Amino acid sequence: MFLRMLVRAAVLRRGRAAAALLAMVVAAAVATAMLNLYVDVQAKLRHEFRKYGANVVVVARDGQSLPANALATVEAALGSGGGIAVPFAYAVARTSDGRSVVVAGTDFAQVQKLDSTWWSVTGWPKSAHEALIGARAASVVGGAGNAFDLSFQGRAIRLNPVGTLRTGAAEDSRIYVSLADFTAWTQVPYSTVEISAAGSPQEITAIIQRLGQALPAAEVRAVRQVTEGQANVLGKMRATLLVAAILIILTAAVCVLSTLTGWVSDRRRDFALMKALGASGRMLQSFFAAEAAALGAIGSSLGFMIGVGAAIWIGRANFHAPVSPRLSVLPLVLLGGIVIALIAAIVPISLLRRVQPATILRGE
Amino acid sequence: MFLRLLYESFRRQKRRKLLAGVAIMLGVGVATAMIAVATDIGDKISRELRTYGANLIVTPQEDTLDVEIGGVNLKPPSDGAYLNEADLPRIKGMFWRNNIVGFAPMLPVSVNLGDGKNMTLLGTYFSHHVIFGQQDFVTGVRSTHPWWKVQGAWPDDNSRDVLLGAHLAAKLDRTPGQEIEIAGEPRRIAGILSTGGPEDDQIVAPLALAQQILGKPGAVRRIYVSAVTKPEDAFARRDPKSLSPEMYDRWYCSPYAQSIAFQLQEAIPHSHAEQIRQVAQNEGTVLSRIQGLMLLITLAALLASALAVSASMATAVIERRGEVGLMKALGAGNLAVAVLFFAEAALLALLAGAAGFAGGALLAREIGRSIFASQITVQPVLLPVILTIAVLVTFIGSAAAIRRAVKFDPVYALRGDV
Repeated sequence: MFLRMLVRAAVLRRGRAAAALLAMVVAAAVATAMLNLYVDVQAKLRHEFRKYGANVVVVARDGQSLPANALATVEAALGSGGGIAVPFAYAVARTSDGRSVVVAGTDFAQVQKLDSTWWSVTGWPKSAHEALIGARAASVVGGAGNAFDLSFQGRAIRLNPVGTLRTGAAEDSRIYVSLADFTAWTQVPYSTVEISAAGSPQEITAIIQRLGQALPAAEVRAVRQVTEGQANVLGKMRATLLVAAILIILTAAVCVLSTLTGWVSDRRRDFALMKALGASGRMLQSFFAAEAAALGAIGSSLGFMIGVGAAIWIGRANFHAPVSPRLSVLPLVLLGGIVIALIAAIVPISLLRRVQPATILRGE
Repeated sequence: MFLRLLYESFRRQKRRKLLAGVAIMLGVGVATAMIAVATDIGDKISRELRTYGANLIVTPQEDTLDVEIGGVNLKPPSDGAYLNEADLPRIKGMFWRNNIVGFAPMLPVSVNLGDGKNMTLLGTYFSHHVIFGQQDFVTGVRSTHPWWKVQGAWPDDNSRDVLLGAHLAAKLDRTPGQEIEIAGEPRRIAGILSTGGPEDDQIVAPLALAQQILGKPGAVRRIYVSAVTKPEDAFARRDPKSLSPEMYDRWYCSPYAQSIAFQLQEAIPHSHAEQIRQVAQNEGTVLSRIQGLMLLITLAALLASALAVSASMATAVIERRGEVGLMKALGAGNLAVAVLFFAEAALLALLAGAAGFAGGALLAREIGRSIFASQITVQPVLLPVILTIAVLVTFIGSAAAIRRAVKFDPVYALRGDV
């Protein structure tokens, strides 16, 4: 009987029930999308900030060199967290007309991953004896296309420039070759490992500590310029999003509240009729409460699905990576929906309880 | 008669009108605050991103190639060209001078600490007073390199005190307040500098001291400039020489990193200015991501506000079906009833909308103050726009309900049948 009343009430007043349900669904969807974004935006923005390049640097101490397995040690310490480690070796070579120029050896495939956005490169070296020329170094060795000679401690190498590099910083005055070419030519091992470690500031500090213990001969330091800037902006963004989420959820709640209040007070004749037929106050209250709770539960679970969809779409459209749906948000949204629906039902019912059924039925 | 109806409706149904009004106020307030924050967030985050330091560098045009590994310059000190310190204040005379957050000249020189080993001493401004015309401007590494931390005190720019890099201080076992012999003369160590970069192994001193050691008064090797810029787009990358005069003006008057670099080159003779791509390029990506996100969130806020306003209006109208029946029974036409309701809705939207706008402006200011520690002002231009939207949304929200109320047979309405 109770169930039948619930179902019939919804079926007979399809229009009003649908309006209330729609308000609930939209509010729950907006709330879900905001909460999902709030939880996920940190990770998304952190991903953007990793484009600034290395946030941790491992360098050999004065007069020492890094152990031969330093790169493998670093990669082991980074674990599966998705960090990038790039070795760099440096030497000062002389051009054929006797001018000094810094030559660096590195792993081009890894550099492309580490500094993708700000190394403006016209062509990456692919095979042996190909070189990447810094924009300012190009004046010393001649333009692209002409092979040139360099010498280091009496050993000569002939390099073929395949592209120019422009960063606006020290890299512009250097010539980059592959690490294999570099060590075969100079016999100088790599002295620096630049690392882009993923994760929160605490996780990065932990990685620095791990690296320090694994490589006692080297100096491991955070690139403060990068880490501090990131922490600063992320903190502000998180606070802004929190305020926005609270405001939007509040507005959505008001929308649901006013729709449901209208829905319930619209049915005061049902209420009066039931009371006239002998239903107790408690019975009526539980009937309306059950109705509201069912509406809240159905509306917010539908809204949750739509909201997750919206969050995924926003992630794709804005960050070009999907926002992963957070199931932890579901109980929050569900509970919030039911509580708001109950509040919306209780206020008009308690107002109506004081009124005589006869007055309502007479239409006053 | 119409006005009296309107007036009485507001006077007699205070509670109901207040409820709908509160919903409109909240909706308009949230929309206003979100629009204000979203329009201002680019500027705010851009200033926060200045934590990354300078995004432009100015070097002498005729400079020789740097021979530098890990921040240690291996080039003979006499080599290379210099900029003139006297030209520096002209940076504050540029078109985009208000976008210049700060600049710091650098002059690295090689010094002997008395033990035969050569060290790099970096001359710069810490927080130097620069005067250009009427403007008094404080600039130096403290604004362009905000991640530099000093234990002890920053030296005065007019003094001969120095900062010791953290590694160097540990190696030499010096603490702030002690003295160190540089180029044959004892200098006081004001503080220990920690940067996480090559400066940790250097001495940093006021620019005048470095110039004195080098023997070249007024010489500057390079200038770091920190400027608030607009994200780069295809237009920014165009070569200014190839643009038509109007396009050139538009390019020149947009705060792109490229056009600010171009103006720096104009301001400082014989110089070459370039963006530091690591800072400038990434700033653009981060900014556009954050702006895109805020735009979407603002849309969500507008949607939620519009829904809240229309829901409360619909409820308010449906509750008054009996009244409609009475009016119609007394001979009012459908049009007259609809006009009355719409007039009520418009009045309510205007009153509550104005109050909501004021509340939203306050909210935006509070957000700006507590999160970004600076003002977010709401443009007054926004008021008519917001009010129009509020009235429109209120109309749309109540239209369906008014239509149903008007169509309802007065007999049923008065009998109380729903």
